Amino acid sequence: MRSRSKARRKARSTPSETTSKNSIVPLSALRPGERGVVTALTGGRGMLSRMASLGFTPGAEVTVMQNFGRGPIIARVRDARIALGRGEASKIQVRR
Amino acid sequence: MNIGRESPPSLWTSPQPAMEVRPVLVALTGQPNVGKSTVFNLLTGLNQHVGNWPGKTIGRKEGTLDYGGTAYRLVDLPGTYSLTANSAEEVIAREFIIREQPDVVVALVDAAILERSLYLVAELIALPAPVVVGLNMIDVAEQEGVRIEPEVLEAALGVPVVPMVATKNVGVRELVDTVDQVARGEIRCNPKPPRIREDHQDVLDEIEELVAGCVPAPYPQEWVALKLLEGDEEVTHMMQGCLTDAQWEAVHDVLRAHDDALVAVASGRYEWIGRMIRAAVTRPKAGQIGLTERLDRWATHPFWGLLILAGILGLTFWLTYVIGAPVQDLLDTYVVGGLAELAQVWLSGAPAWIANLVADGIVGGAGSVLTFLPILVIFFAVMGVLEDMGYMARAAYVMDGFMHLMGLHGKSFLPLFLGFGCNVPAVLGARVIESQRARLLTLLLAPLIPCTARMAVVAFLAPAFFGPAATLVSWGLVLLALVVLALSGVLINKTVFRGQRAAFIMELPLYHLPNWRTIGLLVWQRSISFVKKAGTLILAVSVIVWALSVLPDGEIETSFLARIGRLLEPVGRPMGFDWRLVVALLTSFIAKENAIATLGVLFGAGKEAGLAGTLAATFSAATGLAFLVVQMLFVPCVATVAVVRQETGSWRWTLFNLGFLLVVSYAVGVAVFWLASMVSL
Repeated sequence: MRSRSKARRKARSTPSETTSKNSIVPLSALRPGERGVVTALTGGRGMLSRMASLGFTPGAEVTVMQNFGRGPIIARVRDARIALGRGEASKIQVRR
Repeated sequence: MNIGRESPPSLWTSPQPAMEVRPVLVALTGQPNVGKSTVFNLLTGLNQHVGNWPGKTIGRKEGTLDYGGTAYRLVDLPGTYSLTANSAEEVIAREFIIREQPDVVVALVDAAILERSLYLVAELIALPAPVVVGLNMIDVAEQEGVRIEPEVLEAALGVPVVPMVATKNVGVRELVDTVDQVARGEIRCNPKPPRIREDHQDVLDEIEELVAGCVPAPYPQEWVALKLLEGDEEVTHMMQGCLTDAQWEAVHDVLRAHDDALVAVASGRYEWIGRMIRAAVTRPKAGQIGLTERLDRWATHPFWGLLILAGILGLTFWLTYVIGAPVQDLLDTYVVGGLAELAQVWLSGAPAWIANLVADGIVGGAGSVLTFLPILVIFFAVMGVLEDMGYMARAAYVMDGFMHLMGLHGKSFLPLFLGFGCNVPAVLGARVIESQRARLLTLLLAPLIPCTARMAVVAFLAPAFFGPAATLVSWGLVLLALVVLALSGVLINKTVFRGQRAAFIMELPLYHLPNWRTIGLLVWQRSISFVKKAGTLILAVSVIVWALSVLPDGEIETSFLARIGRLLEPVGRPMGFDWRLVVALLTSFIAKENAIATLGVLFGAGKEAGLAGTLAATFSAATGLAFLVVQMLFVPCVATVAVVRQETGSWRWTLFNLGFLLVVSYAVGVAVFWLASMVSL
């Protein structure tokens, strides 16, 4: 799973992203259209379980659809659109 | 696997009498927004029974179906993303499958979100009941450029997979036929459930050994071990009770050393799903921008999204009141008025009190209330369309920022919006909010939403007191109620809950065209429950109020009702109320519409000036305004109080809610009266 996502990411990465490539940031730091792969989740057991059932697990590819720098964000994970509060988004670590 | 399908017998022809005594039990499962209710409605039509799960307020839908002479009992399980005990819905779904042991479990998945949809299937096929997968929305998937081979998925999962488009009634018959064959044993499932990630296999084995022999029937041992490892609270609690202290201590030590196992278990499931997808999906999603993305650029934009929401809200109310109100008026004048006159004529031979009971008590009271049905039907239909199209999740998203002011998040907006129709579903709907505290605050605030019943009182009285300015006053009252709601939210959050924050995470489903069958059934079920309320509770109250108003000697002025009202009159005096307005407020506790019904009885409806005219002539505009304000913010109807008690599970919170609303409505009422008198209204 992970190796597949990496390969796909490599194929699609654009020159503008190369400067910050491979850095690990919270999901809330990704700009609209930016892609990342989940590396870690933090939070309580209930929250982790909910995030996992909605598709956020280590190795999952995430694309941020909307992020205005404040308020909630919309991310696409496993083909589903998920709205997350900024607090929740900052608990998902991604490698961009 | 033997999946030779004969041509299925017709679903809709009348079946031969069933041979079996016990109908075949089928459970319908799926994640939210996979079209579960569409399939359920297609299969059962009006042969469905709506109730509640025992001890829960979560709706339970059950229906019957005859197929080729076999009777089927279909139970619609709540839509859940997983089977881990995150919510009451998830507990209900899995307890049903484990305890009731359905003959077949139908798992609906969304072909356009196949990877995420299969997560629930990954949990379902690890349970003993045979699973049939309904691969729904293949048309949407194809539109998005995704091609799936059902036969390959079937072979990979080891359970039958039926491709379908439920909204177009495609594949539904094949689904039933497959379920039938599984139930008869003609298709044997050979499920290949996911395994835990290898680095956790030893831990899982260790736990299973520790609990071996102690797991209560009918729970599968391996499943219990897995749920313990996932940290599932319900299962943990159950096993704590089944094991000796020493045994539990041993299990607990293992679990504590692996508290990250939850993520490993979930990852294992997705790795398993990844293998299914790689096998069955021949063409992955193209990178094109779909309709949903294009619409969401506007609908979820922080500025345009709010504007669109405001527009939709405005349109909803406009439709509801511009179409609904005149119909209500016609019903009131011709049907209620006509029936009251008819009753007087027909019953002219009977004792006068019987004619009065029927004309004033039953027709005038409960009958007036029934005339609100068109308003409710329109509101519920519009809500149903917005919900079914997938818009409501966007409304929640754009309202998130505003709801944060009250320490709530976007999801709380959904039940509150439903409250404009009726506060009861609003309080019940608060269950979609995961956090205990946010749910409590939402349902404490829900009674401040002006429901159609309260708005009906406003629509009736405002024109009498304010003539052409009535619309302005009505909007002002709604705005006032919302401002009071927001301030109360901030206040309760800051003082009682001390500003804790709730987590916000929800799916934004694809937009799609509304399904009229689903919406029709929803409106039908809600309307029926309203008519039942009018026919029972409101009817009883109308008769009681009428009786209290004529006993003991037939004169309203000296009746029991007048005595109660006069006792409380001093409380209403700072707003210019007399005992009749006080009594109207008291009876509105039973049902909001009673305020009008009671005034109708007390002022004698059917006089030439009409009730509204009589009231305007009796009271000053300031008093009229204060009365409207108080009734907007007053304690909710008894049905709402009952569900608040049920949902909070505490009399303390219920009484807190009532007390709070009493104080707020009184304070704001007096303030408004005082202000209105200052500007000499």
